[in-house]
Amino acid sequence: MKYTGAEIIIKTLLDEGVDTIFGYPGGTVIDIYNALYDYQDQIRHIRPSHEQGGVHAADGYARSTGKTGVCIATSGPGATNTITGIATAFMDSIPLVCITGNVASHLIGKDAFQEIDIYGVTMSVTKHNFMVSDVAELQNTIRKAFSIANSGRKAPVLIDIQKDVMQSMYNYKSKPSLPLSETPRFEQSGIKKLSEYINNAKKPIIYAGGGVNSANASTELRELMNKADIPAVNTIMTIGVLGPLDQLNLGMVGMHGKNSSNFAIENSDLVIALGTRFSDRVALNTKHFAPDAKIVQVDIDASEMNKNVIVDYAVVGDVKEVLTELLPLIDAKKRQAWLEQIAELQKDDYQAPCCEEQIKPHQLISYVVNELGEDLIVVTDVGQHQMWTAQYCARTKPRTFLTSGGLGTMGFGFGAAIGAKVGNPDKPVVLFTGDGSFTMNMNELKTAVDHNIKTTTIILNNHTLGMVRQWQNLLYNKRFSQTDINHSFDYVKLAEAFGAKGYSCKTVDEFKAAFADSQKQDGPVIIEVLIDQDELVLPMIPAGGTVEDIIME
Amino acid sequence: MKKMRVLSILVKNNAGTLTRVAGLFARRGYNIDTLTVSATKDHRFSKITLTAELDDIMLGQLMSQTAKLQEVVSIEELFDHNSVLREILLVKVAVTHECRSKLIEIATVYKGVVVDLSRESMIIELTGKPQKIDAFISVIDNFDIINFCRTGVTAVQR
Repeated sequence: MKYTGAEIIIKTLLDEGVDTIFGYPGGTVIDIYNALYDYQDQIRHIRPSHEQGGVHAADGYARSTGKTGVCIATSGPGATNTITGIATAFMDSIPLVCITGNVASHLIGKDAFQEIDIYGVTMSVTKHNFMVSDVAELQNTIRKAFSIANSGRKAPVLIDIQKDVMQSMYNYKSKPSLPLSETPRFEQSGIKKLSEYINNAKKPIIYAGGGVNSANASTELRELMNKADIPAVNTIMTIGVLGPLDQLNLGMVGMHGKNSSNFAIENSDLVIALGTRFSDRVALNTKHFAPDAKIVQVDIDASEMNKNVIVDYAVVGDVKEVLTELLPLIDAKKRQAWLEQIAELQKDDYQAPCCEEQIKPHQLISYVVNELGEDLIVVTDVGQHQMWTAQYCARTKPRTFLTSGGLGTMGFGFGAAIGAKVGNPDKPVVLFTGDGSFTMNMNELKTAVDHNIKTTTIILNNHTLGMVRQWQNLLYNKRFSQTDINHSFDYVKLAEAFGAKGYSCKTVDEFKAAFADSQKQDGPVIIEVLIDQDELVLPMIPAGGTVEDIIME
Repeated sequence: MKKMRVLSILVKNNAGTLTRVAGLFARRGYNIDTLTVSATKDHRFSKITLTAELDDIMLGQLMSQTAKLQEVVSIEELFDHNSVLREILLVKVAVTHECRSKLIEIATVYKGVVVDLSRESMIIELTGKPQKIDAFISVIDNFDIINFCRTGVTAVQR
């Protein structure tokens, strides 16, 4: 039977199992919205205030559910507004399918109203992108996009569709999703060699990254740790995959990681890197990363081998598949001496002080996560609050900590929190943000109110761009250039103006009271918490430094 | 150690494919020295042959990054010993009555052909391995070269 291109888009999305779309109407996607009108009972559509927020929401939805996030934007500014969102997902390997409309084919290349070459623009922030100028290719292009986004290393894919394609008629018959491309094959001899490295090591450490999460390999990871008594460190992308309940997990590594985690890498004789890319926030100084250790790596993406750090041995493959093959070859043993050495290091870990009169970030984060339990989905923006949240959110389940780890996108949080709540209506969602990050995309508070999406936003307000100020404080001779935010914003009134409930507090007691009340509300809430401007994220290893350069106070 | 590498990339013959490959090189900070694109016997595919100065680590990175592109079917490094590498040179040289025959003599040694001749200048066409082209250019360096153009390397595995 024949349908319009627009109907084919919606029907193919339904074939792919899509039931939620984050999108914003406009001139070149009006046909898609016209088709969507007939499918309102099958597809929930969330319209953000701004396309960037919409993509972050699709991203938060994908991170928290493991499904593909889907977003729609119109041509020109609608399409360019998606770029930061797409790049954020790209850097963290999150599967998205973004559909943009473009002007009709006879206007392409004529600088028509709201025409932009989004295909060219997004080439470097997508895994692949398509321009559809023939309705005959539409259905298969969408199916391919979903397959590409989820095959191998996951990532966003963009489909740019010309307006007349949406209006043309073509045959459509429901088809199943295309199979994912096969994961890389690895040799048994490679697994054997990997096992030899591990069995022969005296002081091994696992360095687990986001790939463990993407591969849903937390069970296999724990088996490896427990069987061979190997301690692990997690990156910001593996919070929840490994948590404080894992006895052998030392905690976060890197620039604001634990002292002991960084020293453990430094003192190890074997680093087992799983699904991770030795980013400059972990391997701060690639020449001195784990100086006395052999390094072995498992990653699904062959181009991650020898990219940032030269490794001694690598297996290209899906982390879950590799670990499953590897586990039987691993000797069960105890590594008491090594663990004792680490326990010794842990005694020197940074302990944040508490204060009743003005609440400290770690106090309020710990309080909230204790109150809301292990199902709580924690979302962050970017900056000091992100690092404090990463340090103290104590997640124990995968997909319960959502943060922009690679791109570091201020303004990510509110959209992502909306997407997380839409995808997980039965779980509480809390966004920890800062005054800088919040104001970047606070317009999405309107989206949360409009759709009655119950999120709790806790703004750690230090009246400054805290992380930059911290660098200025510690590394730039206290020259606080353009970081302090001097506006006297009234967050309570702001929340009310949007139709949400707002709170402001400073002491521990005030915060507890505000938080308790906020959880009784039906809609989104904003809690401003006034914190000290000079509060630092500690410990800190300056960029390019080593554990020797660690700042503890 | 960096050395000149010849890479042969089989790609799908779609609009934008060259941009993807060239864009990847630019984005990752690698400089392309020469690049040729040509049809293959199967019209669905094109062959990109490019040369770049790379060390072993850079080469590994670049090959695995390029292989990730959806439009790339395969990528391989070509070597002198297992491939025929060719490049065409067109060089325009200012000539006087005195030096003309001397230049033709040199070109003949290199199996070059004079394809244009005027009172003031001469254009020589030369086909060969990149090293041969380099050698010819250095030999005629003391002549008054007005300009020259090289096609870049094209190659077929033996």
